[in-house]
Amino acid sequence: MSVLTRRQRAEQLNDPDVANSLTREAWRRIRQNPLAIVGGTIIVFFVLIAVFAPVLAPFNPRSNAWFDQIRPTSIPGPSRDHWFGLDEGGRDELSRLIFGARASLMIGVLSLGIGAIAGAFFGLVAGAFGGWVDSLIMRLTDILLAVPSLLLALSVAAVIGQSQTAIVVAVAVPNIPLFARMLRSSMLGERQKDYVTSATSVGVRRRSLVMRHVVPNSLAPMLVQASLALSTAIIDAAALSFLGLGSADPGVPEWGRMLANTTRLLNVAPHLAIFPGVAILITALGFNLFGEAVREALDPKLRR
Amino acid sequence: MSEPLLVVDDLHVTFQIHGGRAVRAVDGVSFAVRAGETVGIVGESGSGKSVTALAILGLLPSRGVTTSGSILLNGQQLLGASEHDMQDVRGRRAAMVFQDPMTSLNPVLTVGRQLTETITRHLGVKRDAARDRAAELLDRVGIPEPRQRLKNYPHQLSGGMRQRVMIAIALASDPALIIADEPTTALDVTIQAQVLELLREVVRESNTALVMITHDLGVIAGICESVNVMYSGRIVESNERHHLFASPRHHYTRGLLASVPRLDGAQGRLVPIPGSPSDVIAWSEGCAFAPRCPAVSDACRGQAPELTISPDDDNNGTLRCVQPAPVGMPVWSGR
Repeated sequence: MSVLTRRQRAEQLNDPDVANSLTREAWRRIRQNPLAIVGGTIIVFFVLIAVFAPVLAPFNPRSNAWFDQIRPTSIPGPSRDHWFGLDEGGRDELSRLIFGARASLMIGVLSLGIGAIAGAFFGLVAGAFGGWVDSLIMRLTDILLAVPSLLLALSVAAVIGQSQTAIVVAVAVPNIPLFARMLRSSMLGERQKDYVTSATSVGVRRRSLVMRHVVPNSLAPMLVQASLALSTAIIDAAALSFLGLGSADPGVPEWGRMLANTTRLLNVAPHLAIFPGVAILITALGFNLFGEAVREALDPKLRR
Repeated sequence: MSEPLLVVDDLHVTFQIHGGRAVRAVDGVSFAVRAGETVGIVGESGSGKSVTALAILGLLPSRGVTTSGSILLNGQQLLGASEHDMQDVRGRRAAMVFQDPMTSLNPVLTVGRQLTETITRHLGVKRDAARDRAAELLDRVGIPEPRQRLKNYPHQLSGGMRQRVMIAIALASDPALIIADEPTTALDVTIQAQVLELLREVVRESNTALVMITHDLGVIAGICESVNVMYSGRIVESNERHHLFASPRHHYTRGLLASVPRLDGAQGRLVPIPGSPSDVIAWSEGCAFAPRCPAVSDACRGQAPELTISPDDDNNGTLRCVQPAPVGMPVWSGR
């Protein structure tokens, strides 16, 4: 942070916009971080692709109009008509990738959102009430942590059938204990702080003490974890889809499954493995860079 | 004279620590404060002065702490009162100002939010009225442009300003008692003087009772009418300020005074008290100050001395010492 002159400082104090500066300060640091710009651009790029998939895709992703060009020993690669080539079912690879962005982003964001919100809820309850409530919730999170997420995913798929919901549940559930523990422990740390004692000493009630004082100060690590875990969630979702847990309809494009379908054809059509693989990689990288920038912006120790 | 507002009587606070041992942090402390009066509690770190303050407002942790004695605020017993009752006492009838204004304000809430929170909580007024009251309070504690400052976050204010905000929050619902726990320790000297002046004004204008907890005899001299000197969880000497400074009887009080620089140059080198505060865990028989006392004798090591009316004295001071310094003996003699 640059050194402000006394006058600038005084102006800053009187400017209501700048006064609202905690979020602004973090936001400013994010904008000034080149990694965040790169990550953010990647994220925005893929989000736009997912949102405008019907407009952007040159062909219907389900159409196998070009199936006659597919031979067991040769699958047409990139050409002028089909920029990313055709897939093993005679469909346009680019269109499938574009529509696949929808599934990947949706599943990643949705599952992480569910995991984080449920985790935050349990963490909040544990941190706010303490005592046996805390112990009970913490033991439950221990149990959740002990269940292998792959096994969980397979059992969920076995119960509710093969679908994208199974992936969402399977990615969300292992996140719950992580977020619950994180919020709880940062709440326990904040509760010891002086401002909590001083708020108590002027009669602030317990509920507003927790909700207005402790929780807002405990959220920073949650935000950081959430933004970093997004890339993992997207990779996990792709991995589960690779393992065949995705939509029961094989016509629905998912990056993970596109990758899985081509394993037999690697020497015939390497482009079918490269394109979805690179898509997954770049998306995860984008979220990772951005998450890292959020962490730097919110971590007081890294403030410049 | 009027009835005392706050009466602390034979307060004991014991902390259970690992290994089943107990620390007697406060051991039989008694004092009283009247409306409009400022009473000082002075002592070095670990003497139990802050624990006494926390005990009055029921802010000690409930686990591992045992308390006994009596704390009466306007006749209401605070010791052992339910948390629910204490929430109505805190802020409304008694409030506290803490040592470190840097960490005692919530960093994510504006000053205005933190003020209005207390105001609406205790006075039950609407938001707009609370804002007016908040601005009024900031104005009262000497913060310029109070309406603008309400929108500021704590990190945008200087240390002195923040301590003024803390005082404004404490004053929010005109409490009858304010406990200030080292309110000037974290501030630089010029700001210290301003904050003390502000507290003095509050006491004078609102007839507030003020308990000033400090290790700084300068603060005591500047603001308190009477002083309790604490050592190792006990009051070892108490008296009116003038008498205490003019004729300290307890050797610990004398040691404290001798270790403070004087502006009139009547003193050469400062005289430290030898040793460090005795470990309250390893409580021994006899006077707790005996290991560091320059006038120690065998009598000091036998039984702990009781707090009694100072002998050979006509000013109602109390003293916990078997062989106090004679009346009127100057602190800086013998050098």
